[in-house]
Amino acid sequence: MSISASKLVPTIGLETHVQLNTNTKIWCGCAVRSDAPPNTLVCPVCLGYPGSLPVLNREAVRKTVMTGLLLGCEIAQVSKHDRKSYFYPDMPKNYQITQYDQPLCLGGGIEIEVNGVKRFIRINRIHLEEDVGKSTHLRGASGIDYNRAGTPLMEIVTEPDLHNEDEAFAYLTALKRILQYGGVSDCNLEEGNIRCDINVSVAEAGADVLGVKAEIKNMNTFRGVHRALAYEVRRQIKAVGAGERLVQETRRWDDEQGVTRSMRTKEDAHDYRYFPDPDLARIRLTEAEIEGWRAELPELPAKRQARFVEEYGLSDYDAGVLVADKGIADYFEAAAGKNPKAAANWVMTEVMRVLSESDLEIGDFPVPTAGLSALIALVDKGTLNSTKAKEVFAVMLKEGGDPAKIVEARGMAQVSDTGAIEGFVNEVIDENGKVVDDYRSGKESALQFLMGQVMKKSRGKANPPMVLDLLKQKLAKP
Amino acid sequence: MNTPDTDHIDVRYVAKLARIDLDEAEVTALQSQLDEVLAFVHQLDELDFEGVEPLSHPHPLENVFREDVVEASLEHEEMIRNAPGAVQQLVRVPQMIE
Repeated sequence: MSISASKLVPTIGLETHVQLNTNTKIWCGCAVRSDAPPNTLVCPVCLGYPGSLPVLNREAVRKTVMTGLLLGCEIAQVSKHDRKSYFYPDMPKNYQITQYDQPLCLGGGIEIEVNGVKRFIRINRIHLEEDVGKSTHLRGASGIDYNRAGTPLMEIVTEPDLHNEDEAFAYLTALKRILQYGGVSDCNLEEGNIRCDINVSVAEAGADVLGVKAEIKNMNTFRGVHRALAYEVRRQIKAVGAGERLVQETRRWDDEQGVTRSMRTKEDAHDYRYFPDPDLARIRLTEAEIEGWRAELPELPAKRQARFVEEYGLSDYDAGVLVADKGIADYFEAAAGKNPKAAANWVMTEVMRVLSESDLEIGDFPVPTAGLSALIALVDKGTLNSTKAKEVFAVMLKEGGDPAKIVEARGMAQVSDTGAIEGFVNEVIDENGKVVDDYRSGKESALQFLMGQVMKKSRGKANPPMVLDLLKQKLAKP
Repeated sequence: MNTPDTDHIDVRYVAKLARIDLDEAEVTALQSQLDEVLAFVHQLDELDFEGVEPLSHPHPLENVFREDVVEASLEHEEMIRNAPGAVQQLVRVPQMIE
């Protein structure tokens, strides 16, 4: 029996693996770093040598709990680790230590917004496990680098609450922002810090039973998730609509071809035989410990955005742009000074433009926040007009230095002396008889031209509102 | 999760999962031995477990942690010496098919 394809809707859940930015691995003191030569950050524990014993990194627990608190999860007072058995060369012990039935965090969720519609995406759980090594496929063999094996990894699992690829993208973006705010992960996608498995099925809208799901493994870009989902949902709807019977399977996204392909894994491979790891003790967290960590929580983006509107009088949109990146928001707050609106404009135009045109990170931005505040104060005092202020900013960017000194050294101060400006205005009126006539006969735009000429004569330093006033005055007289 | 059959151990299946190659005689011998083990453990069924929490570890230890401080790793050469083979500093293994 075929089902009308137009009635089919997708159900999507995501399992997101996030590498924690601890100094060391989860079970041993080997450093967590991605820039070391292969197989140099390894020891008997992370190589799974017989007789070695894992000892849990307290910081990995703290960062997982912090994440749980940021996502509104319930923190388990008692938690444990289990062994998940499978044979794959990137997993040297032949089992992965993970958490099966007693994860550290349960419940919670993230609010997302797509096309102005807000939805709450529930989180099922967050558990703390170990990453595996990295495989390279060589001709006729595979090569493994175990530096990554044992990196602490959080798996954040959603409920099947997502309806389409846009929501999945919005969820991942919001999640990444929260993780960055929490400082729990470097969130570097190119380094594979965040990797995602997608579960997706289609069924008739309102049906009690979900359709047969496909799992798309190991996505490492959010754009890839978006594209893979768009493809896979279309593929499933077409198949089910044509009366085809889908099988539950694991698929792989081929980014070049833009298609998903079945991975044909053996069913047996999924009998993981979980059991409690006898080498590890239970984790018991006290209420006081959890509350202590809660008190350390940073302000989350949505809350900060609302505060920017309230405290600094910014528009909701501008506040949203600023909080999207924690570093940018911090920079703005430090530079806000007496004129936060001006500071917001500078950050959103000049600072963000420079960042997008260069490889700079906001943390290394050459203009210190105090310098930007001082520059804005010079504009507010009337020492600089906005054009000249941008020039001063360019100098600060290139050479550094105090804006007041730059203005003085280069004679960039605004001319607000009526006599001097009147001189320029008179000259321009005398030299541009035809344009003056145009203006007087009603061509408003002629004024802009005359204004430009006066600014040119002053070499950009005349106070623009004064120029405009004087021009209007003089031109009004016949 | 697969619910394990608690009355019977499928030796062939378990051997396959554990990548152990058994001949017929071994399967027969292990089958009766494992059935005996299972029967022994089944004595527990006679007890009343009402209100008893599952125990994940016989030792009452909790919260065994280490601090997040970097320690020395193995020398690369030493590590590779233990590997079945090496290529470009990587541990060489049979080709994996995804």
